[in-house]
Amino acid sequence: MSVKLIGESGLRYVAWQMLTGDRPKYVGLILAIAFSTFLMSHQMSIFVGLLDRTRSQIRDIQDARIWVMDPKTQYLDEVRALSFQDLYYVRGVEGVLWAAPLLKGVARAKAPDGKFRNSILLGVDDASLTGLPQKFLAGDWRGIRAPKSVAIDRVGFEYFFPGQPYQTGLELEMGAQVVRVAAVVDASPPFVNLPVVYARYSEALDMVGREPRQMSFVLCKPRPGVGEEELARRITQATGLKAVTAEQFGWETIWYYIRNTGIPINFGITICIALLVGALVSGQTFSLFILENMRYFGALKAIGVTSVRIVGMIVMQGVVVLAIGYSVGIALTALFFELTKDNLDLRGFRLLPEVMLLTGGLIAAVVLAATIVSVRRVVVVDPAVVFRG
Amino acid sequence: MEKEPAVVCQGIHKAFGSGETRLQVLRGVDLVARYGEMTFLLGPSGSGKTTLLSIVAGLLKHDSGRVEVLGRDLGRLHNGEASLFRLHNVGFVFQQFNLIPALTAAENAAVPLLAAGWKRKSAILQARQMLSELGIGHRADVLPNKLSGGEQQRVAFARALIHSPKLVICDEPTSALDGPTGRHVMELLRKAALSPGRAVLVVTHDFRILEFADAIAEIRDGLIEKVERGKGVH
Repeated sequence: MSVKLIGESGLRYVAWQMLTGDRPKYVGLILAIAFSTFLMSHQMSIFVGLLDRTRSQIRDIQDARIWVMDPKTQYLDEVRALSFQDLYYVRGVEGVLWAAPLLKGVARAKAPDGKFRNSILLGVDDASLTGLPQKFLAGDWRGIRAPKSVAIDRVGFEYFFPGQPYQTGLELEMGAQVVRVAAVVDASPPFVNLPVVYARYSEALDMVGREPRQMSFVLCKPRPGVGEEELARRITQATGLKAVTAEQFGWETIWYYIRNTGIPINFGITICIALLVGALVSGQTFSLFILENMRYFGALKAIGVTSVRIVGMIVMQGVVVLAIGYSVGIALTALFFELTKDNLDLRGFRLLPEVMLLTGGLIAAVVLAATIVSVRRVVVVDPAVVFRG
Repeated sequence: MEKEPAVVCQGIHKAFGSGETRLQVLRGVDLVARYGEMTFLLGPSGSGKTTLLSIVAGLLKHDSGRVEVLGRDLGRLHNGEASLFRLHNVGFVFQQFNLIPALTAAENAAVPLLAAGWKRKSAILQARQMLSELGIGHRADVLPNKLSGGEQQRVAFARALIHSPKLVICDEPTSALDGPTGRHVMELLRKAALSPGRAVLVVTHDFRILEFADAIAEIRDGLIEKVERGKGVH
């Protein structure tokens, strides 16, 4: 295999053999790069996945292209309630195809066995059920229309009814009411891994306790031919409320968490450590490899191999360990996410092409730096050193 | 009749360092090595023989004087030209063999051909033939760490001769060998390396092998003190 990959070029073959012939260093180099690749790509993927979760409910409500909210609302999870009147104001704006209310709150849910947990409660429009996820694991949207009926996500169902297959008809206490599980939905996991419960808007009001203002958002969709950003601008102008596209609101939420939590710093530290470890270990090992082969490189120079060609040999060695180490590291990360994809706590995390590229770029920079340091030593070596023993 | 010179050194000066640390290693060396002859450069440690060897090999630039090797003025060659010149015309036998541990005997012997652009299969085939001529064809696929000192030396010879160089430079070829093995190696070197169209320059301080020399130049403190004819034992 090695000869076919390297081809008939003599010096490439010599470079390959010098590298793979020193088994401990060769394996050490690959493991160092693989470890660094795995750690960086894994942590980056978790970081990206966590931030993506902050906007999961925005993403799940695919019909709603515009989100309307209090002007001071910064992100999805902390809202200042609107007056229900605002729903009619929005409906009256030129270009709005439809507008629906959405309540987002927290309610305590309690299972028959007494187990309880705070749950994210989403109150969706009574008529259109806009805001309900589209993928059902048990039951369907029709069941939600019945009185005191809710839909619950997988995390919630498995928490309150462990060991039971997904099914409808089971009961929960939400607030002061007993409700029936009419559907189990496959919703995207939220940032805080709480159960998510969906109820009709009018029923959700009772679950969180009635107050003068409880509507969190108005969701709407533009008429055909009207741009989303244009409609958002019109709504803001007409109502004084903040109106943004779903895409914009998703990014606002992500940036809020980046700016106001320790997530970026903590993950950034881990990624930097991975980069540093990779750089130090692979750099050190590669330098050692070159140092130990210095007299052979000196001999090759004496025989008549130019510095340029020797640099080519070393670069080739660097590229080989980079390719193999990176592949092993990325394969480990991909394997991790494949093996854990059915784990509820880790659902949604995956290895993105962008993360692979960024990791590859960083690792390549590390190997390049190690190669440059090593190459410099060989280029300046005095070939007469081979005569000094 | 005197044979044609392959190496001509005239008035070679070479110093290292500067200022107070400047060390004058060669002080006006004159040396001639002829085709078809084995010329020994004999001298104690620190006499300048390794420096002179490096200059003749084109690995070091001399400060002043003239060095003509195989008709080429080495002082006029830049590094790339000097590398190419060595690749095609000079063979080296290093003191510590410097066989690459990850390559087999045949692969090590083939290195000059591989460096010159030969295809691997052809180069290895040529190397196997060379090793057979030197009596170790049966060890062609063995790694250097499994070869005896004498066998490694033969592989080193094969590497030095495989591309039919006109000049072979040997640095202390017997320093790592015992007496009988050293003699045997020198017999092999004379038989395999010496030809009318090739000169062999041997740097040594091993007095046991002087009988193999056609010419002996003694160097001391950077100057050639004496040049005499050797027995040239075949």
